[in-house]
Formats: sequence, structure tokens, C-alpha cells
Amino acid sequence: MTTTVDPIATVPLPLLSRYAECTMWLARYMERIENLARIIDVTETFVRSGASDGWRAIVQINADEERFFATHDAATARSVITFYTIDTENPTSIVSLAHAARENARSLRPVISTEMWSQLNIFTKFIRGLNREDIRPSEISQLCARIKQDCQTHTGITEGTFYRDQASIFYNAGRHLERADQITRLIDIKYHTLLPSEAGVGSEVDISQWSAVLRSAAGYHAYRRVMTADIRPSSIVGFLLKSEAFPRSLSTNLRHLHGNLTQLRRDYNLRGASRIVGRVEHLRNILDQQTATEIIVRGLHEFNDWIQSELQDIQREIANVFWPAPGLAAVDAKISQPEPVTGQTQSQS
Amino acid sequence: MADKRDGQPGQDPATQNIPETQSGTGLFSHYRNGHFFCELTNSDGTPDPQIDLIRSRLDALPLNDLRNRARQAEQELYNLGITFTVYSERDAIDRILPFDLVPRILTQAEWRHVDAGVKQRVRALNMFLWDIYHDQKILNDGIIPRDLVVGNANYCPAMIGLDVPGGTYVHVSGTDLVRDDSGRFLVLEDNARTPSGVSYVIENRHTTLRVMPDIASGIDLMPVDEYGVHLQNALAELAPGGVDDPQVVLLSPGIYNSAYFEHVFLAREMGVPLVEGRDLVTENDRVYMRTTAGLRPVHSIYRRLNDDFLDPEAFDPTSMLGVPGLVEAYRKGNVTIANAIGTGVADDKAVYAYMPRIIRYYLAEEPILSNVETHICAEPEGLAYTLANLNNLVVKPVGESGGYGLIIGPHATKEELAEFRTKLEADPSNYISQPVISLSVSPTLCEDGLEPRHVDLRPFAVTGKSTWVLPGGLSRVALRRGSLVVNSSQGGGSKDTWVLAQ
Repeated sequence: MTTTVDPIATVPLPLLSRYAECTMWLARYMERIENLARIIDVTETFVRSGASDGWRAIVQINADEERFFATHDAATARSVITFYTIDTENPTSIVSLAHAARENARSLRPVISTEMWSQLNIFTKFIRGLNREDIRPSEISQLCARIKQDCQTHTGITEGTFYRDQASIFYNAGRHLERADQITRLIDIKYHTLLPSEAGVGSEVDISQWSAVLRSAAGYHAYRRVMTADIRPSSIVGFLLKSEAFPRSLSTNLRHLHGNLTQLRRDYNLRGASRIVGRVEHLRNILDQQTATEIIVRGLHEFNDWIQSELQDIQREIANVFWPAPGLAAVDAKISQPEPVTGQTQSQS
Repeated sequence: MADKRDGQPGQDPATQNIPETQSGTGLFSHYRNGHFFCELTNSDGTPDPQIDLIRSRLDALPLNDLRNRARQAEQELYNLGITFTVYSERDAIDRILPFDLVPRILTQAEWRHVDAGVKQRVRALNMFLWDIYHDQKILNDGIIPRDLVVGNANYCPAMIGLDVPGGTYVHVSGTDLVRDDSGRFLVLEDNARTPSGVSYVIENRHTTLRVMPDIASGIDLMPVDEYGVHLQNALAELAPGGVDDPQVVLLSPGIYNSAYFEHVFLAREMGVPLVEGRDLVTENDRVYMRTTAGLRPVHSIYRRLNDDFLDPEAFDPTSMLGVPGLVEAYRKGNVTIANAIGTGVADDKAVYAYMPRIIRYYLAEEPILSNVETHICAEPEGLAYTLANLNNLVVKPVGESGGYGLIIGPHATKEELAEFRTKLEADPSNYISQPVISLSVSPTLCEDGLEPRHVDLRPFAVTGKSTWVLPGGLSRVALRRGSLVVNSSQGGGSKDTWVLAQ
């Protein structure tokens, strides 16, 4: 009947491939929503302090220029905020991401806790109900704060209630993969101020904008504590990429991702994880072997791009190993299966 | 009915035992159930101190208080996602099944009667199904017309000669019961395919106890929380032989199905994976599920998918929801499917008319629960009677469910009756007719306070090697004044069903 012994102590419970896929993407979408709210919030701050190209930068770091300019003439505050919040036609808007998170959560209801589902249910309905009134300049900062808080509530409920078996490991892998990806995008929002040819590097405006980047990643105070008076942009970039203690740094998240994949291999005997563990190790080595200054000199933007593309390859490999498309499955090539409707894409390539 | 006083002499004898309606300004001061049997006040006719207590507690509640609680309950159902989703082209709208917070109460004696009657019926249904897919004795003996069974669209030739584990075809059944003016339980129909609604029985209990703790305080109720355990056990004990620790799964059409919440609920209560067709594959006539560690064997499937969609190789070739090869694996005895394939013939509305005879034939017992008197329009005398009494009868198409396509004679206009008569004459074998049963009523929170609304009862029975009936069942309530149609698709809601433990 019911098991009273933790299955990990005896035989691990099997996890449906579809559940693994959905948990990973639930985590990614929720992180992505939170990061988008952070980026909109920080851009609003930039623009208020005089950066003219602020809104265009968001479109660039999300690699959405083509789609955005197909329907908009200019990247104004109004057009960009609408595009990334309530535009249901845009797959990278908060409302679209919330819809995707919700559909994944609905698929996962048999696995996730009632508390997780209930909060996601309320949150995604709130997002679905947003309209133009809610994203006016006077409201946007407050809205971003609310979204961040709801996402963090989700994270907290998940930490406190999600049963720690395979599903939660895939969830955590999704979270860390997404955070790793997002920190490189956040840094990219100001990379051009570090180009050697650019005038005004290290100016007052530049510093305050880098501080805003730190704040948007909730890293300002930690940075101050660790680096005290050093507010050079290169040091800030170093912190965001290489800090081993900052929860949103690239380094921290690659370490955790490595740990998650190792757990899958070791505790659940999923041998297919080995190859992916190797790829993450390779990424970590490359990051460890360079200082922030070296990365900047060699090209920060190129580095960020490369990391993003590596992370996409890692996601693809995870999919190939743990939820192979039925056609590719070793066992049943002869059987034709319907297309999976949960096939998820990164939407940010 | 509204201006008649209850309990006055000269009325229907069944209503004379009602305790005098409480006067004053309580919630029941305007409650009049007329000649209908009232689930709260009449019960089995003898005064019950617990029911009196519940009634007086309810009576003392201010109406506003009750409304606030109803709102709370509704908000909670919405937030917890105890909803069905209606998909349109661009949007997905979550609706809750309307919930009434005033419980419907059954005494222990009433319940024992229903429990025994349902078990008897399930036994007969399973024996009937075994027989019609094997020796067909009941057909050979002329108890039921051969054509009605073998010619039935739901009769499944693939099941002929197949020995299902334990002889159980109907693992989960829902028996729709109503009560007439005298309070007698009558079977309206059997649901032997994939009856739904059990999740609401359990969630309604949780919700009711949360918003009505003071009403329930100190009242000993039979629990409803064991359903998942019983269902899981039934599926495990009927798994194919030779498996020590059978893997049970629940097969759902997926998140776009309107009953998806119930599938999730049951999978969680049973502690088994909820799978969709694409999660399963067959190999050498065995069924597997796709997991992160590769394919894992599956032994018992509680499916919430109709026969037609189960296997594109055996049935509807366009179905994307099923599992190719599943039926062959089933026929080889490598997997148990609950309910079995081809049970629809047993809950057919025309076969229903023969249920009393089916019970007597297999069990040599009188039916504990009576059928509603039924006229089969496929038979000349049934058709003649129906046509002659159309304005007094309920006429139902045999193939429909959900309250669609039926006509209630006394409530229909002349034009509607004439139109229906044409349809009936064109295709008589598609219809049965029954007298209008004045369904019992239960006090229900309505716009003007507590009012009587018609209810039915669907007890759920789980059958593995033996049968267990979930105490109570789903009480569906027709929320529109005077309406007799309790189906959720027709403006019905539901309420908690309390079975007093003693």
C-alpha cells in the first residue's frame, strides 16, 4: 500500500520522462519571469537616470529584435514594456511565460505539493488579468516588485514542500540553468560601457548604472560587503560571473547544476547524466581559468553569447537523454507516437 | 408548493411525519418542501436527535454569515484549482462546480440499505458481463433480447472469451439514485464505464468541514478519505499473476480534459503516476512507461479514457490519446485495464430496463434497490405507451449522457412535445421512457435564503476481489428552482453527503 520508508533508502521511484521535462521547465519559466521583472525594473531606473537606449537594450539581450521591430517602429518605454509584459502574441512576454509555467504546473499537479499548485494558480491568474492600466509608468515598478515577490514565494514554497526525489532535482537543475543563462543576459545589458573604445567608461553615470545592475540581481549589499570600496565595472562583472557565494552568479549556478546532475547519476543511477556532467565541468573550468578583466579584454559580449549557447546545448542533451522524442527512443522506433505537446523551446536563442 | 404548510393533515402521508417547521426568524422559517421528500427533515421518518441538532444549528445561523461562508468556500475551490477548464480558441477559463455548503444527510440505516443494494447491483453487472462475453446463458435463456446485447454499439467483440482477472469488469461504478415522494431509493441509471465525480465527494467533505466546523462539531460521520487506498488495492490485487509489486498507473487524456482535476486527485490519492497515452508504449505485448531511467513495466491501468480512444490499432485509428498495442497486451493477459473494455453495454439505458431480471437471474435474489419503471420504445407496447402518455413521461435517448436530448413531458410546451414525437417515431429504438419522479429535495442556499432543491445521489463502488462502497456518494443538486436536471452541464451543482456513523 503506502510506503513508509523513504524510497531513496530502498528502490528509487521511477519518474516519468514527461514529469522530468515539465519540472525542469516550470523552474526555468518561473526564473525567467522573475528575471524579466528585474530587467524591466532596472531599465526603468537607467532611463530615469538618463540612458537613452535603455529600452532597446532589453530587446537586444533577449534576441528579440526581429520579432519586435516587425510590429513596432521604435523601442519606446511603452512599446517595450507592453511587449514584455501583457503581449500575448509575444512568446517571451511575462504573460506568455506565466501561461507556459501554468500549463507545466497543471501537468505536474500529481507530483508537486498542493501549496505549490495553489500559489502558482493564483499567481498565473493574476498575470493573466493584467491590462494596460497596470503597466503605466507610475505602476510598473510596483508591478515588477509584486512579480518578483510572487516568484520568490514560489521558490520558497517549493523549497519548503517539494518532495526531494528525482523531480525536485530536475526542478533545481532547471532553476540553476536558467539563472546561469539570465546572469549573462543581465551583464550584457551594460557590456557596451566596457568596450575600450567607448567614451565615458567609469564615469559617474556608468558607475551608478552598474550599481543598478547589481541591485537588480539583489547583489548590491553583498557586493559592498565583499568588495567594499572597489566599484570598478570590471569588479562588478567579476562578482556577477565568478562569485562562489552569490546565489545568482554564473559560477554558483554552474556549481549547483553540476551537483544536480551528479545526484541524478549517483543517487538515481541515471548513467546518461555522466556525459552532461562532463560538459558542465568543462564550462566551469573555462570560467575558473580566467579573471574578469581577461574576459572583458577578450570580449565580454562574446563570452556571454558563448555561455548562452553552451547552456542551450546542455539543455538539449538533458532532453535527449531523459525525455527522448519517441521517434529517437531506442526501443520503439517502429511505433508512431503523437507529437508531444509539451515540447518546450528556449525561446531566447 | 410555496404556500403550502408542511405537516398539515390531509396531505400525502409521507409528509406527515415531518417535525413542525420552526417558527420565528431562523433560516428554516421560510423553508417549505411541499410534497417532496426532504433529505434533511424526513430522513427515514423517525426523529433523529443528530439530524435535529444539525437542523437547529443551521437554523440559528444568520443568512449573511452563511453567505460569507459560501463565498469563502467558493474562493477556496477556485484557488486550490478544484476546477474544470473550459478551453476556447484563445483562452482557458477555470470554472468551479457550483458548491452548496448545506450537507445532505443520510442515516446509518438508510446507508446500509443503499450499500447493500449497490453491492448487489455491481455483482449482477459483473456476472452479466462475464456471461455475455462467454457462454451467453442469459441470452440463450431468453431473459434479455439477444439483439439488444450483441447488436449494441457498446458490445465489444474483442472481449469475447477473454478471462478478466477476478471476473471483474466493472471496478469502479457509479449508481445514480433518486428518492421519490415517500423517500424510497430508486436506481435511475448505472454508470459502468468511467463514472466521474468521486473527487468532489471527498473535496466537498474537506470544504464543508472547513467552512461549517460548528455545524459538524461532535457529529460522528463515516469517513470518505479511504477511496484512493481502496482503488489502489483493487487494481493491485487484480494485476496479472506472477507480479510481486505491481505498477499501477492512472491513464488520463491529459490537461485539456475537463475532468483532469479528478484524474490528478485520484492519482495523488492512489499514490500512482498519472500517465497520458504518450507516456506508455507496448513491446512484445507488454506495457511500459517512459521514465528518466528508460522503460518501466506497467501492470494495472485505471483508465479515464473511453474505449474508443484506448488503442488506435484496435479502435479509432485517429485517436492520439491512446496506446498502440494496448488491447493486444490486454488480450494476452499482460495488463489489467479498469474498467474493462466493453462494459458500456451494461449501463446502456435499454439494458437498464432489464436489470431487475438480470439480478434475479444471476443471484436468485430480489433487487434491493428498485428500478424506476421503464418503457422500452424499441418494443411495440413500450412505444405505444410512451406515445400515448408523452406529456406525463421523461423520454431519454439511450445513447446520451449528461442530461442531453431528453424531454420532461410535464415541463415541455406543446410545440416541443410535437417535435419530440416526430423524433421518437422516426427512431423509436433510440429511446426509453420513465414516469416523472419527483426527486427528493435538500435545503440549499439560494438567492432568497434556504430553499428546497432537487438532489440525486451517486454512490461509488470499488470492486477488486470484493466490493467496497464509499460511504455517501456524490449529491448533485439542481440549483434552478423546480429543475429536476442535476447534471453539471445543465446548471447543477453538488453538496457534501454525510452518512451518520450511528
